[in-house]
This record gives sequence, C-alpha cells and structure tokens, in this order.
Amino acid sequence: MASLLGRFCRKLVVPGSAHGSRMVSTTACDSEAVKSLNLYSAINQALHIALETDPRSYVFGEDVGFGGVFRCTTGLAERFGKNRVFNTPLCEQGIVGFGIGLAAMGNRAVVEIQFADYIYPAFDQIVNEAAKFRYRSGNQFNCGGINLVFNLPSKSLLLIRLLFIGLTIRAPYGAVGHGGHYHSQSPEAFFCHVPGIKVVIPRSPREAKGLLLSSIRDPNPVVFFEPKWLYRQAVEEVPEHDYMIPLSQAEVIREGNDITLVGWGAQLTVMEQACLDAEKEGISCELIDLKTLLPWDKETVEASVKKTGRLLISHEAPVTGGFGAEISATILERCFLKLEAPVSRVCGLDTPFPLILDAIKSTVNY
Amino acid sequence: MAQHLKSSSKSILLNILRHNIGFSSPSHASRHLRHNLPHGPLTTRLSPNPITRYCNTMVDTLSSIGSHEDTNSQVMDFPGGKVAFTPEIHFISESNEERVPCYRVLDDNGQQLTNSQFVPVSKEIAVKMYSDMVTLQMMDNIFYEAQRQGRLSFYATAFGEEAINIASAAALSPDDVIFPQYREPGVLLWRGFTLQEFANQCFGNKSDYGKGRQMPVHYGSNKLNYFTVSATIATQLPNAVGAAYSLKMDGKDACAVTFFGDGGSSEGDFHAALNFAAVMEAPVLFICRNNGWAISTPTSDQFRSDGVVVKGRAYGIRSIRVDGNDALAMYSAVHEAREMAIRERRPILIEALTYRVGHHSTSDDSTRYRSADEIEWWNKARNPLSRFRTWVESNGWWSDEAESDLRSKIKKEMLEAIRVAEKTEKPNLNHMFSDVYDVPPLNLREQELLVRQAIKSHPQDYPSDVPL
Repeated sequence: MASLLGRFCRKLVVPGSAHGSRMVSTTACDSEAVKSLNLYSAINQALHIALETDPRSYVFGEDVGFGGVFRCTTGLAERFGKNRVFNTPLCEQGIVGFGIGLAAMGNRAVVEIQFADYIYPAFDQIVNEAAKFRYRSGNQFNCGGINLVFNLPSKSLLLIRLLFIGLTIRAPYGAVGHGGHYHSQSPEAFFCHVPGIKVVIPRSPREAKGLLLSSIRDPNPVVFFEPKWLYRQAVEEVPEHDYMIPLSQAEVIREGNDITLVGWGAQLTVMEQACLDAEKEGISCELIDLKTLLPWDKETVEASVKKTGRLLISHEAPVTGGFGAEISATILERCFLKLEAPVSRVCGLDTPFPLILDAIKSTVNY
Repeated sequence: MAQHLKSSSKSILLNILRHNIGFSSPSHASRHLRHNLPHGPLTTRLSPNPITRYCNTMVDTLSSIGSHEDTNSQVMDFPGGKVAFTPEIHFISESNEERVPCYRVLDDNGQQLTNSQFVPVSKEIAVKMYSDMVTLQMMDNIFYEAQRQGRLSFYATAFGEEAINIASAAALSPDDVIFPQYREPGVLLWRGFTLQEFANQCFGNKSDYGKGRQMPVHYGSNKLNYFTVSATIATQLPNAVGAAYSLKMDGKDACAVTFFGDGGSSEGDFHAALNFAAVMEAPVLFICRNNGWAISTPTSDQFRSDGVVVKGRAYGIRSIRVDGNDALAMYSAVHEAREMAIRERRPILIEALTYRVGHHSTSDDSTRYRSADEIEWWNKARNPLSRFRTWVESNGWWSDEAESDLRSKIKKEMLEAIRVAEKTEKPNLNHMFSDVYDVPPLNLREQELLVRQAIKSHPQDYPSDVPL
C-alpha cells in the first residue's frame, strides 16, 4: 500500500493553496519536445496521459468509443480497452449520475457530454449530487478527491476509494457559425452559480491540455467547456509531456495601460484582434484570460483594473445574467474609486455573436 | 419447520431456489450474443472471470443471414439481432391479464406457508433481525414524538417497512455499498450505527458525521458503506450503477444496492439507471419500496403499469415481486439477487410491496388523503413485526420476556441518546465553509471573515449554541 501511495502521490494534487489546489505548472522549456496540434488533438493527448498515468481512470459518454464526434477520444478505446473507454446510452443524466457513482468509489471519471447544449438533463446530478457530495456527507464521501491530511481509514477498500478520485465533465461549447440554437450555446453562467464545482474554459490547444489535466486531477468535480470553434481552427505548439496549468489563476496574456479586457475561451481570439485594432487608434489594452470561472481569480483582475481604471468583459453567452455580471459587480465593489468609466459588457445579445471594438473606444473615451 | 432447512442439502435447496424462486429468466438472445470480448489490452487487475461487455451492435454479416431471394425466410435481420416476422398486425397488450405474483414465505399470521421456499436463517440472524425491527420501530416512535415536542425540526418514520429495511440489510454483506433514498435507516441500524449516532445527526450536533449540515434523517456513514442521503428523489440510482461498475472492475465480491419508492420509479433517473445498469452489466440491486403512496399521491396516479416489477423486463433486467412485509421473503429475495448480481454481473430489480403506515414525514398528516381505518388495518393486520415474531417464536427463539426486556432496553438507550445529543454543542461556524471544496477557496475565506464580523457587531442575531 505504501508503494501504491508513493507511485500515485507524485501525480496527486497537494491541497492547500489559496485557489483550492496547488498545481505544478510546467511550461515547456526549449529542450522539451513540442508538436503542432489543434485543440481536439491537444485534448486527446491530455486524455491519453490521464488514462495512462492513472489506471483507475475512465472516459465515457455518447460515441466516445470510435473517437467521438469531435475526435477528442480517438485511439483511447483501442489503447485502454472497452472497459475503461466506452459508449454510454443516450442519456446525459445517466452519464453524469453514473460518473458520480464511479468517482465516489475512488476512480477518475472523465465524462463527455456531446454538446454543452445537451447538458441540462444532467444539471440535477451536477447541482444536487456532485456539487454537494462532499459537503453533505461531512467529507465522509466525495466525488472529487481527497485531502491527504485527514481521513486515513483502515479498510483497504475505503483507502482506494478515497485516493484516486475525480469527476470531470467535458463538453464542447460556443458558436461555430452554423450551429444554431442547439450546437452553439455557452451555458457557463448556470454552472458558475453552483458552490462545490469548478468551471474551467481553455482558450487554446496548449492551455487546454494543461487545464484539462489539472481538472481531471483536481480534488473537486469540474465542468470543462471546450470551445468547439477552435477544435480544428486553433493550432499551437503543444508540449508533448505531462504538464498541468493551475486552476483559479487568471493570466494576463497581453499587457496594456488604458483598459482591462477580461474574457475566456474562443472569445479571446476575437478580443485579441480587437486589441490590435484598438492599438492602431492609440489605445493600450490589457487582456486577461480568466481560464477558471469558478472559483475565479479576482485578484489578478482587480490588480489590472486598479492600474488601468477601466474594465470591459466580453463573452459569447447572452449578456443578461451572464458571468460578466458577476465580474462587473465584484470589480465595482473592489475598485469603485479607481474606475474612470462604468464597467462595460460586450456579450451575446440574448442571441449570440457579439461585437467589441466600438465598445472599447467608447469606454476609453468616456 | 426449520429442521429440514438445517440439513446438508442446503446447497441443493439453493439451486432449486435459483430456478424457482420467481426471477424472470434471462432472454435467449443475451445468451446467444454474449461472446464478444473487449478489444485491446485488459486492465492490469486480474480477476477470476473475464469482464465481458455486451457488444451486439454489429449486424450479422456472416453466412447465417437468410439470402435476399429466400422470400419465405421466417427471420428478419436488423441492427440488434434477428427477429421473426409476423404477417398479423398484433399489438402487445398494455398489461398481462394477471398481475405478476408476489413471492412470500409467511402468511398474514406469520405461519410459514407449506410449500414456501426460502433461504435458511440461523437463530442468531433471526433474533438480530427481529430485534432490529423492534429497535427501528421504537427509534422511529421516539424521534417522531421528539419532533412533535419541538425538540427536533423534522423526522420521517419507516413504519410498516421494517421488514424491508432490516431483512434486506441482513441478506447483504458489509462490503455491499448502499445508496439509500431516505426511508431506510434500518440498513444502517443493522450494520451497527448506534442510536446515539442517529440522534447526533437528527440534532445536528458536532458529533454528527455530516457536521450538522442537513435536515434530520439524512444519515451517511463511510465506515458502514452507506452513502449520505440526499432529499432529491431517485438521483442515487444512477450513482449506484457507477459504483457497481467500479466494484465489478475491481473484482470485488460485493454489489451496490439502492433503494427508492414507488414515486421514485417515475423519475427520469430511474429509467437512466436501469438502462445503464443493463448495458454496463453492473452488479446492482434496485430495491423498490412500493408502499402505495408518494406523499399524498397513490400509485394509481403514479403509473399505469403493473407496479414497478414489470418495468425491469423493458430494460432487460431480471426482476421479482416480493411481499415487503414478510421478513423471510425479503431476506431470501435479496440474498438470491445479490448472488446473481455478483456472479453474473447483472442488475436485479426487486419490487417489495408494502404499505407506508406512517405519514410521509412530520410535515404531513396523511389522514387528509386516506382513511384512518386503512392505516390502522395495515398497522395491525399486515404488521411485519408481528408476522415475523410469530415465526421466530415458533422456533422457540423468542418470548414475551425477551420482548419486554428488549423494549425497555431500547427505550432507555433512546432517551439517553436524545438527552446527550440535545446537550452536545453544535458544529463550529467554520464548518459552514469547509468541505464545499477540498480546501476553501479565497471567496469562501473572505465570506467567513465577513460573517464573523457581522456576528461581532450583531451578537444578538446569532444563535448562541453555535460555537465560533
């Protein structure tokens, strides 16, 4: 048992950081091998690594067996077997419910929901079971992970159950152009309102691999939204090795002085372009990728806004009740006296496809 | 009498039971198709039997297909397998002419039926079963009264369902993981949860394993393999299937067991769970306590099938209907189901017919929607305790003296448990914020500070029995 602990402890999350889990973030150094990958390939790589490093991990969902409708699960069933990588019946509440039970027994369940638009049948399981599993049981049970500091039970079944666990729910989200009502939704706001789960959204292939591995290994249930628009479109140099990017840590991906822009996922690509356009007009934009929406890194955003005095949030999801409202309200509370303009939200118009350049200018000229 | 059951022909009897006990037999199709093994490397864990995954989606492309020019072929080939065709337009009836019969061992008076088959129960087990049924009933009575006196915020009894609670628990092993609804505290009781531990949860004090977060009767015990109750109906069903799959993958001699009511069988999660269990070949027991009522909704407003047992076949699940008020029948059914589930890696559905003698909970007065006479009849004429007591006494294993000794002992223990639980202080305020995540994130640490500040400035608005 000690060797079992030793073998897996190195890969385990060490709890105790401000943001819920301290992860070793290893970005590639020059000598590390990288490969040009698109988003679905990067995710596929992460899944291969996850299954390889933890024999108690599983990947399942609709059509994952043959590789999945977005190819994210290519090769997994062939390599790890149909007992660990398998198709499920067409039933999201069953997929997530089954995943919770599997995770609660000490396994890592990486569940795929085919489109975020179809996640709602599983909402009850996510909100009422996954999110509350640990809390309601007084930490006797969880479907996320273990705090190694407490709880070392004597029964061997229990020990295994508590050691390697995690529920991660992956779903493609966001507009792709031709997706329409039911293949384009950005439902992250619904989930950000649920204490007990984490919500993570990567912006690129390299980010996705590191964030997905962190999410899978995080001791809490994680909902991981993948921007489907970038599955093939985005290509990036992705390190081939096993690396993790910390959750709940936002990143300033472009520095600037006049205005802070906050976004996540595919929208950052649009915002980056907007920053370039704004620069031509003499506006210096600081762009932040939030990465984790719940729990979110207020400190990084706050520090930036205190510097620039202006904030603009952009997300694809409809503006009303969107997560931008939470960011806006929080920054208002924390940075009121430093703000030189109202916080601006450039979001879906209660229908998708927002536009942001004009809003940057008007916020700067306020 | 019990004599013949003690003989060495027990194994023969069990074999007979397996075939005759009333489980609907597996379809021929599944036997025929169970020849596919998983592709790729198997898991590193060695288990005595290969783990098979049902894999029949391939249309049979071998020569066994009837050729297209054979127009008189009696068989058609579609994805899912061969089916015979019929030129008649015939709808399967919505229900069988006769309802599925109900397996029982004891008659209404607790006399063993002459041709009954059942799994033998030793004196020790039988006495523990009966004692625990009495304990459960008394515990329920005393907690119910405590709620009525304002000492507890809420309570839900299991009156009338003591046999389901205790007998099913007795037939399981401690390694079987339980996913309860909320009317199965007897399973915990059987496994050794003390009256004090029940009281601690009901009073939400600092000794409650749940740290005082949930309403009364929302028990959970890691060490007794009993997952914490959640009030949402039937959400535990798919969880149990996932847990069962894990046990199968680990090659454990254990199954998952999940309970739910007649109302719960209407939830989407019931459908999801049974379908998954069948496809995943998960060793899980689905035990339905069909007690006739979902709060005020009778079963006639709940479904139009012949109860819940017939739904099993729709998912390809072996099923049985049992007299839930017959402790011996429950014990035998669960015992057999468990063995089948583990040995054959399959789910089993058990519909235990019973009656909810108590109100739905302390927030309910069921005389508003059913007659007091009906309740009284079930409480007296079909009482699971008196039926089983008759049988236990007929073996010379119980007596009036034993009964009164037990009852006075339980009463004393219960009152003491309540006295202690009531006095024990509540969990510390920091437990409101712990366990939301494995480690409290920054926003929760900030919120705790804000709450503590608020308490400092308005101490009169803060409950005095919650330590800071």
